[in-house]
Amino acid sequence: MTAVLQVKGLRTQFATDSGLVVAVDGVDLSVNEGEVLGLVGESGSGKTITALSLIRLVSAPGRIVGGRVMFDGKDLLTLTEREMVRLRGDRISMVFQQPKASLNPVRRIGAQIAELFEYHRGLSCRAAMVQAVDLLGRVGIPAPDRKALAYPHELSGGQAQRVMIAMALALKPRLLIADEPTTALDVTIQAQILELLLDLCRDTGTAMILVTHDLGVIAQTADRVAVMYAGRIVEERAVTDLFDDPCHPYTRALLASMPVQGDVRDRLGAIPGSVPPPGRMPLGCRFAPRCAERIRHAMTICDREEPVLYRVAGGLSRCWLAAPAVVRS
Amino acid sequence: MMVDLLTLDNVSVHYPVFGGVLRRAKRWVRAVDEVSLSIASGQTLGLVGESGCGKSTLGRAVLGLRDLTGGTITFAGDQMATMTEQARRALRRDMQLIFQDPYASLDPRATIGSTIRAGLDIHGIGTRAERARLVTETMRQVGLDPSLADRYPHEFSGGMRQRVVMARALVLRPRLVVCDEPTSALDVSIQSQILNLLKDLQQDLGLTYLFISHNLAVVEHMADHVAVMYLGRIVEIAPRAELFASPRHPYTQALIRSIPQPDPRHRNPPAIAGDLPSPDDLPSGCRFRGRCPYAMGTCATAEPPLLGGPHKAACWLMDKDHTQ
Repeated sequence: MTAVLQVKGLRTQFATDSGLVVAVDGVDLSVNEGEVLGLVGESGSGKTITALSLIRLVSAPGRIVGGRVMFDGKDLLTLTEREMVRLRGDRISMVFQQPKASLNPVRRIGAQIAELFEYHRGLSCRAAMVQAVDLLGRVGIPAPDRKALAYPHELSGGQAQRVMIAMALALKPRLLIADEPTTALDVTIQAQILELLLDLCRDTGTAMILVTHDLGVIAQTADRVAVMYAGRIVEERAVTDLFDDPCHPYTRALLASMPVQGDVRDRLGAIPGSVPPPGRMPLGCRFAPRCAERIRHAMTICDREEPVLYRVAGGLSRCWLAAPAVVRS
Repeated sequence: MMVDLLTLDNVSVHYPVFGGVLRRAKRWVRAVDEVSLSIASGQTLGLVGESGCGKSTLGRAVLGLRDLTGGTITFAGDQMATMTEQARRALRRDMQLIFQDPYASLDPRATIGSTIRAGLDIHGIGTRAERARLVTETMRQVGLDPSLADRYPHEFSGGMRQRVVMARALVLRPRLVVCDEPTSALDVSIQSQILNLLKDLQQDLGLTYLFISHNLAVVEHMADHVAVMYLGRIVEIAPRAELFASPRHPYTQALIRSIPQPDPRHRNPPAIAGDLPSPDDLPSGCRFRGRCPYAMGTCATAEPPLLGGPHKAACWLMDKDHTQ
């Protein structure tokens, strides 16, 4: 399989009043053709900043300070802004959490979609509109020729997200980055939107990075999963391996804290404490202060030294427990 | 025999939609429409539904924060509408609310100690020293270190803030707590801490919960009974295990099947198509019929009543005479 995107050592930091905050700290990722990569983590894990960094949409005071983002044989971090603009929406596109905040409120949705075909493909206004209406029909908007004349406020949340998806996939990009695309939607609508995303990506051969906090959504959509914690990837696995046998203590604790259907546990698993604030990272493993395994196995190395990503069945885990015994001692 | 602490009988809350030059009420949004339910003392009723279904309005109505368009609410044997203002004031101590957003529901300029104490001050409970003692005790109960009482909300994480919101509600020693999406703004690892704490407090203090949430899995974990709301109506109400094992209403069935399961080997197609209709322009008959895979003639002409024993559902499929 060929990789559509390869990320090496990505580092993004924010200059704040209390000093530099490293939000994304040496992230490696790759996405293969036609693959769905799930990027999962809690708030503050750096998953959204990672996604925004890939397409260089991090705004000040944030800055990408290191790494490479290889796409189509080029390092996106070395392109000019002008070259990036031509690329976004065409070869790589995005869907965000709040569809209504991402659409222009004072322009009809048909015109907003048609603009893509005019700008990137040089179609005439009329031809672009024909394409736009066709696209609205394909994302399941009823009466697309009439709805093309609607303004964003006239759409429901689910419809607005359908419009965003239509725009994102209009030019058959090689990669789609979807950041919490269903988090603002009701659960019955969420299932519809996820299916639409997967179907369209399959049709256009688009690879997808799906960023979410919801492990249920990941299980239902992803082929491979990267779990982020405190700016780092802590586990990366094939989706069935991750859910059958999660390796990293953080992933395990996260799964145990989810209430699931038919669950008869009286108490949920809880992770004590909270994510360390970005300026005050622990010296060793970033999860060590909250880790139950560290105590159970009386591990002292966790507090001293940070583990790297070690090979495990179907992927990688950033945990001393996954390290070969030689390395651990 | 369990005693009902709270009983709602045919409760409706309608909001006017103003329009036209004279800004007269053109239409009414029936946010809560003829809802009847009850909660036994010490139990949790989970109220679940999607956005706009009226679940939060119902919670506010129970607390007397919304005027009823119709129906009656009875708390501990007393009808709330016929109470004197004085009795109602006393009643407010017995009912408290835990909000969804711990960022928006705390005064940023008040220390958390004074925020938690506010209810005691308002109701004039105890001496100064007694109030301070109650605040300290309540902070311990919700897992907050009492030495933090002089801090401000911005110094706390979301989970800690939600503990402050809980302490503020519990310091008055209420009997009923309306929990309105108490963990929706929190990360899943923090959510589980708060849910566990809510369960512990219920045991220790003998609390009764009206637990409102859009998250069916959370409701299944917390509730003894579950009511499912759709566009202002209760469409199904049953003991928890019953409801999840054999849901009767097609909407409940769809809702349960829509939860993304953390199991990549069982990927489910969407359970239902279509969008929720606008609450100010409801279809005739059953409100769910536009999205219902089993819709039939009767569904368009009449609204199905909520029927059954302890497991009730409002669907014409339950009524043998109408299924033809």
